[in-house]
Amino acid sequence: MDGQIILLIVGMAVVSYLPRALPLLMFNKIEFPDWLIKWLGFIPAAVLAALLAPDLFLIDGHFNLSVTNTYLLAALPTLLIALVTKSMIWALLGGMGSFALLQLFL
Amino acid sequence: MFWQGFATGSRTAIPIALGYFPLGLAFGVLAREAGLGVIQTVFMSFMVFAGAGQFIAVGLLKTGAEIVTIVVTTFLVNLRLFLMGMALQPKLKSWSKLKLGIIASEITDETFVVASDYYTNHEPSWPFHLGLNVTSHMAWVFSSGLGASVGNLIQDPAKFGLNFALPAMFIALLVGQVKNKVTLIVAIGAGVVSLVARTLIPGNWHILLATIVAASLGVVLEKWMGK
Repeated sequence: MDGQIILLIVGMAVVSYLPRALPLLMFNKIEFPDWLIKWLGFIPAAVLAALLAPDLFLIDGHFNLSVTNTYLLAALPTLLIALVTKSMIWALLGGMGSFALLQLFL
Repeated sequence: MFWQGFATGSRTAIPIALGYFPLGLAFGVLAREAGLGVIQTVFMSFMVFAGAGQFIAVGLLKTGAEIVTIVVTTFLVNLRLFLMGMALQPKLKSWSKLKLGIIASEITDETFVVASDYYTNHEPSWPFHLGLNVTSHMAWVFSSGLGASVGNLIQDPAKFGLNFALPAMFIALLVGQVKNKVTLIVAIGAGVVSLVARTLIPGNWHILLATIVAASLGVVLEKWMGK
């Protein structure tokens, strides 16, 4: 294997492991204050929305609310399926299916 | 006992594994286009296991970026994982450092959200968490390898909706997280801050910034609404 690539992968592995492991290992056995536990309880919803919004609303870095935005259009049936079925598998299949269909017709 | 818990974790990971499958395929194809071999692609997915970071990394690699630049960018993209590790801490704090070190290695957006969700009405469980994490990781490694070896047969990934696998997975996970008015406002707030920051601030700070602002908003709102 090419040495440069190995170096890259090892470097990426280190900077991917440290942020995951440090909080668990550093704060091992520490009791967090109440407000912090509450704050951390919002992390799942906040991080998901922060990741999702640019995927849906930005096309090539520009805000796009028009019908040419296939991502935003496909998000509507996906949301509906997720709300009704509460199933990630159905949301995934329905979402990918809607996206594929929209690609075909738009 | 151990394997029973592990199997429950594995089963819980099936939707994640299904979602990682198209993503891994797409990653494998991009990695090859960026000049990585099949073994290197599999090695990266095994060692790094950070989808967003890996996609950005091979994108940069293709443009001929320096290794240091790619590693620093990966680090920035992965900073959000710090918050996830912290959020798991109150649940897992009695575990040994060895177990924590192993669980930490496979924290992703998806395994984190699904485990957090599971722990809202189950006791934290080492075999469960390991089963969930390892199954998701293996799906990522396997599909990356498949994408790298035969992905070139897929001519136009968008045609099969592959591009929408990640947003669809995020939508489904988010629906599971929005349990009341406050979490809904937190999610909307995070989305808005993320969008604004993404367009205004260069680099990849928007996710971290939006998460911190929106979670703080949640704490303030909850206090204000007297819950």
